[in-house]
Amino acid sequence: MTADVVVAGRVRRARHWRLTVSILAVAVVVAFALSLMIGRTFYGPEEVLRVIAGQTVPGASFTVGVLRLPRAVLGMLVGFAFGLAGVTFQTMLRNALAAPDIIGISSGASAAAVFAIVVLQVSSATTASVLAIVAALVTAALIYVLAYKDGIVGTRLILIGIGISAILKSLVSYMIIRAAAWDLQTAMRWLTGSLNGATWSRALPLAVAIAVFTPVLLGQARHLDLLRLGDDTAAALGVRVGRTRLVVILAAVALIAFATAAAGPVAFVALLSGPIAARIVGSAGSLLVPAGLVGALLVLVSDLIAQYAFGTRYPVGVITGVVGALYLVFLLVRVNRSGGSL
Amino acid sequence: MTTLVAPQRSSDVATPRRPVTARLAWLGVVAVALLLAAVASVAFGSRVVSLHEIVSAFTGAEDGIGQAAVLGRLPRTILALLVGATLGLAGTVLQAVTRNPLADPQVLGITSGASLFVVAAIAFIGLSSPMAYIWVAIAGATVAALFVYAIGSLGRGGPTPLKLALAGAATSAAFTALVSAILLPRIEVMDDFRFWEIGGVGGATYAKVALVAPFLAVGTLICLVSARGLNALALGDDVAAGLGERVLRTRLVAAAGAFILCGAATAVAGPIGFVGLVVPHACRLLVGVDHRWLLPCSALVGATLLTVADVVGRVVARPSEVDVGIVTALVGAPVFIAIVRRLKVRAL
Amino acid sequence: MTDTHVLRVEGVTLAYGERTVVESLDLLVPPGQITAIIGANACGKSTLLRAMSRLLAPRRGRVVLDGKDLHRLPTREVARTLGLLPQSPIAPEGITVSDLVARGRHPYRGLLGRWTAEDDAAVARALDLTGTADLADRPVDELSGGQRQRVWIAMALAQETDILLLDEPTTFLDLSHQVEVLDLLTDLNRERGTTIVMVLHDLNLAARYADHLVAVKAGQVYAAGAPETVLDAQLVREVFAMNSQVVTDPVSGRPLVLPISRHHCGADRREPVALGV
Repeated sequence: MTADVVVAGRVRRARHWRLTVSILAVAVVVAFALSLMIGRTFYGPEEVLRVIAGQTVPGASFTVGVLRLPRAVLGMLVGFAFGLAGVTFQTMLRNALAAPDIIGISSGASAAAVFAIVVLQVSSATTASVLAIVAALVTAALIYVLAYKDGIVGTRLILIGIGISAILKSLVSYMIIRAAAWDLQTAMRWLTGSLNGATWSRALPLAVAIAVFTPVLLGQARHLDLLRLGDDTAAALGVRVGRTRLVVILAAVALIAFATAAAGPVAFVALLSGPIAARIVGSAGSLLVPAGLVGALLVLVSDLIAQYAFGTRYPVGVITGVVGALYLVFLLVRVNRSGGSL
Repeated sequence: MTTLVAPQRSSDVATPRRPVTARLAWLGVVAVALLLAAVASVAFGSRVVSLHEIVSAFTGAEDGIGQAAVLGRLPRTILALLVGATLGLAGTVLQAVTRNPLADPQVLGITSGASLFVVAAIAFIGLSSPMAYIWVAIAGATVAALFVYAIGSLGRGGPTPLKLALAGAATSAAFTALVSAILLPRIEVMDDFRFWEIGGVGGATYAKVALVAPFLAVGTLICLVSARGLNALALGDDVAAGLGERVLRTRLVAAAGAFILCGAATAVAGPIGFVGLVVPHACRLLVGVDHRWLLPCSALVGATLLTVADVVGRVVARPSEVDVGIVTALVGAPVFIAIVRRLKVRAL
Repeated sequence: MTDTHVLRVEGVTLAYGERTVVESLDLLVPPGQITAIIGANACGKSTLLRAMSRLLAPRRGRVVLDGKDLHRLPTREVARTLGLLPQSPIAPEGITVSDLVARGRHPYRGLLGRWTAEDDAAVARALDLTGTADLADRPVDELSGGQRQRVWIAMALAQETDILLLDEPTTFLDLSHQVEVLDLLTDLNRERGTTIVMVLHDLNLAARYADHLVAVKAGQVYAAGAPETVLDAQLVREVFAMNSQVVTDPVSGRPLVLPISRHHCGADRREPVALGV
């Protein structure tokens, strides 16, 4: 009976999705734990758990509690936010390369933050964050307005985003070069993204943003999924295309803004999370949560590699950038081998 | 009875036909603009120099601070003219070869490839000869271009302007990260690199000019010679082949010329973007789409544009300066956006 | 069985920006029949279909569904009554047939998105009707052109609408697949009473399969009616700027348009000769 085949297929896909998401979640937990344990001094799971429970452990309390814990939490949150926002943009614009860091949204946030720190000499991290958030929203709005011509076409939106990104990136470079006191750490953070000097105060606004905007995105997940079929088909199936796009863009931009304000524009996490999640999950279901988990995993693992795998301590953005480069090469190699299209 | 239509010669392609006098007139206007730009370049700076002083600097009539300033700014002016001409020419060729109105050395990630290779060569091979830098930059430009083209061709539809732009942006981001990965442990190199990365013609010397000139000459020659081939390419590969054009060979040769130009220009002045994007569009408005006119015009307009950008950079933030790469980005990106808005979505 | 919903276009003017494509057009879609819209390129037929499927809002006039303005009805209600198959639908990479067809149930899924037995049954019915049940677990991008088009129709079928709009459903298909798709649509119409409106570029297929033929010229309805009544050499000349002879197709009994070309038509053929059948 056809109905049985249909049901069986659906159940199978749902099971596959649940399984993959569970595995990803476990992987994130493991990476998180390793981030707390690994370092110049290795602390075992028992000591780490005691620190988290609030007990005072000589040595570990500082290293794990004050240095590593906020850093790991921040990394996880940043990765989750970028992954979620990235897959949203890619789905909405129907293009795997159209990630918010490529089309200029993160550049707006980092430009504002750099401007605040270098030019306005603002010392409060919160003020810089707020400016970054406002700037990201303004940048997104600007791109939207410039791309609007009898409606929004994804192609034009992306290209104009690339143009805006170029302006902003050059402004950021200029401000950093001409800065009177040029701090390498700060520069790196705002150019490529870094988790150095992570504190709870940096992580908190982002945590709140994730708590607020993730449900918004999840609520739109089905509509977003239908947009992949094309605007016309989605509209015919009852999706309010314009409204869905607006809500989804706002939520995604907010996530990007808060995440960039917290750790800088961590390269390629937004771009990579969606395609990696798609490869793992297949077309079994919504890619939102899987992409968020992949993003978190990516940032945690990259930060571990960045800190300890080489002689120098790299900011996490450099490692994710290298991973991004490898991914682009992988795309080419895979196509050549299979002889087909993407 | 129908009559056979004789196939058109590939050089008769430009439509609508502009009168030759109009084109010459425009070229003349551009040449004058170029001269004015050059004069402005030697006149303006932290100290403005008068016309009288400029003339006497050349005739060697008097000695003075004004003359010294002029002579000091001369290499910089010459370099700006050369690099501008180069970028304008390369941009036109790239747009013709990829049939992409948005092609530009920086948009396609070519300049970041050149940077990456130079940095890698300095860090890993300990390269220090300026001549070697140029060769390495050319190699980097070529590899990046091929890489971006390949990525942009993935998926349905082949290398559309949108996909190429995205591939270029992603590749630039990746290469930039690789550059940071190489440079961070090597702080001494990093400082110099940061300044070079913005793209500027400050610190120009006659030695630099002499170094890069032969490469620019060869690249320019290759590009100019490809003019007729590029005219045919504009019709599409199939039609061009039907007209007797060796499509692949023309593309490779012209592209090679563009890569040499991009590599050399980037090696000596850092990555400068948007000149290659804007200049071809402006020139098409002036002299039409025949590359035999378009290419020389691009060189002249590019030279003018970059020199003017450099002057603006020097004047706007006196006594310090805004590097020319920033100015071209600030001015060029809005033009890029305007072009995107004007083009039909199907063309993207 | 489906209730009959009546779709009507009243004095509609459609434009893209400054360019007016359709001017004050009136059209009644006969319920329970197959309507084919024909016309030359860029005459406005696709634009008209877009307005009828709510994708394009009219500058003037209105599209009326059961007496109510289509653009003012709630989106979900419209999606349960009107189905659309656009010209170039996009299938996400790797999606399976049954997964894609299941998307058609979107207008019926509640807030929590639970799958009901009715949803599964509707998907199964759609697969059976289009003969794609044995392809249920195959990825859509592996299918042939004809198979893929049948899958898209299945998705529109799963929507269980009374009216189905199709924009050039047979373009890019070879002849056997074109006939396959059109026969399937006819099955739908005969067995379930689904009102079908399709834009077709092939005049003869339109003549064979349509109950109601609408010819559009320069944004206006030139003629509307049964193919036998409406399709003649004069219509072909006015709408397609082509000389022709219209005969009766010996296979189907419907009108058949034979173009009169410069070659192969005999030197003495200047005016179409009426052939009595």
